[in-house]
Amino acid sequence: MLEGVNLQATRGERSLFARLSFQVETGECLFVQGENGSGKTSLLRVLAGLTPPSAGTVRWKGSPVQQLRDEFRRELLYCGHLSGLKDELSAIENLVAGALLAGDPVASCVVREALHQAGLQGRDDLPVRFLSQGQRRRVSLARLLLQRRALWILDEPLAALDVQAVRWLVGLIDSHLRSGGLAVITSHQDMALVNRPHVIRIGV
Amino acid sequence: MSDIFGLAALSGVIRRDVRLAMRRKTDALTPVIFFVIVVSLFPLGIGPERDTLRQIAPGILWVAALLASMLSLNRLFEQDYADGTLEQLVLSPAPLGMLVIGKVGAHWLLSGAPLVLLAPLLALQFDLPASSLSVLAISLAIGTPVLSLIGAIGASLTLGLRGGGVLVALLVLPLYVPVLIFGAGSVDAVAAGLDAVSHLSLLAAVLVLAGFFAPLATTVALRIALE
Repeated sequence: MLEGVNLQATRGERSLFARLSFQVETGECLFVQGENGSGKTSLLRVLAGLTPPSAGTVRWKGSPVQQLRDEFRRELLYCGHLSGLKDELSAIENLVAGALLAGDPVASCVVREALHQAGLQGRDDLPVRFLSQGQRRRVSLARLLLQRRALWILDEPLAALDVQAVRWLVGLIDSHLRSGGLAVITSHQDMALVNRPHVIRIGV
Repeated sequence: MSDIFGLAALSGVIRRDVRLAMRRKTDALTPVIFFVIVVSLFPLGIGPERDTLRQIAPGILWVAALLASMLSLNRLFEQDYADGTLEQLVLSPAPLGMLVIGKVGAHWLLSGAPLVLLAPLLALQFDLPASSLSVLAISLAIGTPVLSLIGAIGASLTLGLRGGGVLVALLVLPLYVPVLIFGAGSVDAVAAGLDAVSHLSLLAAVLVLAGFFAPLATTVALRIALE
């Protein structure tokens, strides 16, 4: 399904990784490991199509992502370092607006339910600027419940999350994979997924 | 998928940006208040000579409108860039061009439309005749969307740069020149007893051109900024 062929990324003069090839099939998870600055985020941005690779291609269902454009983006959910949340808007307003922009509008009661599952009941209508770092992360991860996408690309999703939230997220990823989804994840912590993910180490 | 052209996403962008502006009223009001103050300073500085005032009014109102619209440009994409919303916009299945039009539309509603409404009122300080007032409002109504469209190109090109505000001015102001000439020219023409239609048609042509090319250029610049 998702395939990287001979991928290469460079930062200035320095090559982060080169001739990187891998394949992720339905129900599988790719776990990207590496030290700080080894290019994990760059790889994820390349896979999401935010940055073009300096060499190689990313294929989705056999076709290059560059050609698929919105067909690929319709199946992609990218959660980066930045939350994509507006400080002045409440969690609900953020998620409703975000879902609308992502092309699958949701009703606010559905959003409320998703926030409830993310452990944010009672804080739905608070401007996001009053939330803690971990709570913000939960809000942006609640998108996983709202947008039905086949491919999840999660960059350090566990950052700032407490034990409970980590368990919730791991369960969420497990059920996503069980239902035939794909996931590409970076993390410095171990994630106890049911099926062992494929691991690639970059920058070694 | 029903939303092929991204119209739902477009209106979503506009609504979100307008709502955000309502939560940050000072930001939203700054360009409008700037416009009012700058325009009001000139009659005070020049004195009550009606003929002089009447002559310089179109130019002053238009230059003030250019500067006011430019004031809010660096906020057009900057915050979306900083908080990651821009990444999500680029990754949205809706065409990025439509989302850019939404952003520009919201910018115009917040910084252009109020000027269109206020200008005839402020023009009274310059003793402009009633016929000129309506042409002034019409020319601003056609011209200010062009300012937002061209401004979006400048704002996206300077995204993520330090001191981007000054650079935006340098990039964008020369491109504003045709709008200024035709906009102020239309009011001058009426004052001279001529027909303003030719100026307004040229202004509308500039709007059509900018409406087509500016979103394209802006999308390219935004994608480069995110790389």
